[in-house]
This record gives sequence, C-alpha cells and structure tokens, in this order.
Amino acid sequence: MLLEVAGLKKSFGSIVVADDLDLVVAPGEAVGIIGPNGAGKTTLFNLIAGGLAPTAGYFRFDGRDFTGVPLQGRCRAGIGRTHQIPQPFEKLTVFENLLVGAVYGRRKTEAAVAQSCGEILERLGLLKRANTLAGSLTLLERKRLEMARALATAPKLLLLDEIAGGLTEGECSELVATIREIRQTGVAILWIEHVVHALLAVIDRLVVLNFGRKIADGVPKQVMQLPEVHQIYMGIEA
Amino acid sequence: MTDWLDALIQGVLLGGLYALFAAGLSLMFGVMRLVNLAHGDLIVLAAFAILTVASTFGLDPFAAVVLAIPILFVVGFVLQHVLLNRTLGRDLLPPLLVTFGLSIIIQNGLLQVFSADSQRLRAGAIETASIPLGGGIAVGVVPLLTLMSAIAVIVFLNFIFYRTPVGRAFRATSDDLEVAQLMGVDVNRIFAVAMGLAFVVIAIAALYLGLRANFDPTIGPARLLYAFEAVIIGGLGSFWGTLAGGIVLGVAQTIGARIDPEWQILAGHLAFLVVLAVRPRGLFPRAQD
Repeated sequence: MLLEVAGLKKSFGSIVVADDLDLVVAPGEAVGIIGPNGAGKTTLFNLIAGGLAPTAGYFRFDGRDFTGVPLQGRCRAGIGRTHQIPQPFEKLTVFENLLVGAVYGRRKTEAAVAQSCGEILERLGLLKRANTLAGSLTLLERKRLEMARALATAPKLLLLDEIAGGLTEGECSELVATIREIRQTGVAILWIEHVVHALLAVIDRLVVLNFGRKIADGVPKQVMQLPEVHQIYMGIEA
Repeated sequence: MTDWLDALIQGVLLGGLYALFAAGLSLMFGVMRLVNLAHGDLIVLAAFAILTVASTFGLDPFAAVVLAIPILFVVGFVLQHVLLNRTLGRDLLPPLLVTFGLSIIIQNGLLQVFSADSQRLRAGAIETASIPLGGGIAVGVVPLLTLMSAIAVIVFLNFIFYRTPVGRAFRATSDDLEVAQLMGVDVNRIFAVAMGLAFVVIAIAALYLGLRANFDPTIGPARLLYAFEAVIIGGLGSFWGTLAGGIVLGVAQTIGARIDPEWQILAGHLAFLVVLAVRPRGLFPRAQD
C-alpha cells in the first residue's frame, strides 16, 4: 500500500475531529472522500501532509512510518498537497512557484527541473501566465497553480482539497479532465470534494466521513446508495 | 553654495555606510521576520574579528575581511541553526529578548577580551586619499569605496533573491512558511543560510566602520539605531529602499552638521521622524505585505 492510515485520532480538548480512522490508498489508485462540513476531512489531510500531530494512531507512506516526519520530509517522500483556499507564493511568478517545489521537493538543480516545470504548466494551461506574479491570478488559475505546484514536487500521492469548489460547470469539467490525465501518469489521488459528480468522474473508491469517523468505504455507486450516506447528503448534493 | 553641495556629496557617501549597516538587518527581517537587536554589536564584533585577523597575520584590512568572510558565514549559519531558529514563531517577543541578551553578551565579551580602548582598522595611505572633483570639493577614497560596496552588496543580494534557487526559497519562505515546507523546503536550513549571508554583509559593513571611524565594544547600539532608521525610511523588504534610506539619513546628518556641528545626529533622527509622519510605510514599500 502507498498510504496506510491506522487508528488515527485527533482531538482538540474534548472535541474529537478524527476518531480511529483507517484508510488505505494503493499506488495509482484514486480515492474520494466526502462528508458534511466538520466531518474531519481537512483535518485528515492536515494529519497526513500538514503540521498537525495526531493524538493517537499513525500513518505509513511507502511502507515507512511518517507520523513524526517534518513537513519537508513528507513532501520529499512523495506526498503532494493542494489547499482548499489556494495558497500560492504571491510575490513569486507562476514559474518560480513551480521551481521552488521542483528544486526543493525533488532535490534537483533548476536546470534539471526547468523543462518538466514547463510541461506541467502547459498541461495545466498556465504556460501563458508563467511570468505573471501568482498574486494576480484568478481563482481558477490559482487552483490550477496549486495543483501544478504540487505536481512539480513529483508526488506519488496527490491530496486534493475541494479543488472543484467555486468553479463554473465548464471550468469544473476541464479540471476533471486534467485530474484524469494526472491519474494516467500513475499518481495516486486522494480527493476531498463537495462537488460529488466531479469526484465520481475520476475515483475508483469512495470514503464517507462523519463526525471524524469513517462511515463507508467502497465502490462509489454502492456507497452513494447507502441509507446513512443518503441521509447526510439529502438536500445538500444533487 | 559649494559648501552645501559638498555636504550633499559627503552625505550620500555616508549613506553608503548606513546602507551597509542596514542591509544585513533588512535581509534578516525580509526572510525570517527576525528583528535583530544585536545587529550593531555583531557589526562591532565583526570589526574586532577583522582587526584580529589583520594583526595576527599582518594583513591589510581588505585582505583580512576576505579571510573573515567565510568564518563569519559559518558563525552566522550556526548561530541561526542552533539558537535563533528556536526563538522564531508566531510570537515576536522571544527573538527580541534573545537578540537583546546576545547584544549584552557580545558587548561584555568584547570588553573582557579587547578592553574599552578605541580601535581602528589601519589601511595605510588609502585612509586619507581623496579624489578632487574640482570647485574645491574632494571625495575620500574610503567613503567612495563604502558607497560602491553598498551598491555592490545590494546588487548581489538582489541577484541571490531573484535569480537563484536559494533566493526563491527565501522569498517563498517569507511568503508562506508552512507551504514552503510542503514544497520540500527545509526552513531551518534556509534561515541559517540567510543568516550566514547576513553575516557576510555584516563583515563588509564592519570593514568600513573600522576604516572610517574609531570603534570600541560599546558603540553597537547606536549603529543598530542608524540601521533601523535606514531600513524603515527605505520601506521594509526592499534592498534598494534600504540604500535610499541610508542616503536620506546620511544627507540629513551632513546637512545638519553644516548648519551647526551639534545638529548632525539630531538632523538624522528628525529626517526619520519626518519620513515616518509623511510616509509611514517608508519611501519604497513593497506592493503588499
């Protein structure tokens, strides 16, 4: 297994935001995560790729325990992450944003990564904006940059946090096409999303979280039929 | 008229020295949001280091500074990695307290080792050499070298910041610390490199401090004040702004001194107050921040 989360728990005081979570992602697999607001989805990402330390449990990546590894070590091992609210380095150009990720994430020289950074920009439709300061991008461009920058670190697992939110229907389907392309290059994907139809167009497996607990995990169509999932999503999602 | 022109030219040259004092401070603040209260004392410490290297090996101060630079880079790197990185975080107070303590330790350490005697870096004939500009105005070679070095340092720092991988990491880290880590940047190491670079700038500032004036272990805090004023006049985060800030300060001081010699220092501080009142974010603030 590429990612193995076992008994992961996080509580802030008496508030439990992740409760005994188990989750696996195989190499190259695409897994979706849904759940109502406050279900602990982003917390799960923060435990895997962010600075959040779990209260209990552990997670393994590529067979190695990564629970206490510093952030840069997680990135270098192949965990890439995008944020729900894109966080580009605003005072760097788009291309420089990628260079930082590629040089430090892959531990290569700029000369060695420049070409692949250009290719990633092209794939994400940002090539024209390469020399623009990231701070002046539109929301869609920021979301694309967020993904491009994560890809620049050459991840084996890409964590996407509500990347389709706030986009128009057309933008959303473009994004889905891009994510499918990324998948085809062998990158495993773990994707939190409220826009369920976008998610279902990509993923192999669907996980449902509620109140920090996993309440379903399986083939997307079957999971969506479960009564408890229906109950959570009634009136929220079309 | 010539008098005033002379004061202006000397002020610009003096501004080069203040810009050198300030560039290191600007670098530290720009990369790691570190307000270094020991900056002036570190410049004095570096001046003593150059003096020691020069007298031990019988070298010219210019040669001694070349030897001292790699040593000071390592000292800066280690200081940041071992001590200052631990103080950085959301709270601004710990680094202030630690660098304040460092300031006292350096002053007293220097007093212990070198005594309170005034020292000077001796460079021979160049110290008094000057170039006549005609019309009764002449510029000293050392002040001219000071300004040229300040410009060279700023060009060099801008090159590092905007044209090298480590510079991109400096800017990325200053932009968003956590995301920089997510991109694989080891921020502790990057901060240590930044401090090493700042120490190289400190060494150059110390060279000209020692060539232009006497120094003793207690003069650090006053240099810190000029450095702060230059950085703030120029606007945080811009190296060229820091140079402009140094020049504004230098010109204000020499013009003040021309009016009345007792006004030199006061005029510098007044110029600082005026800039703060009129443009609170400095002359050349970065667009955002």
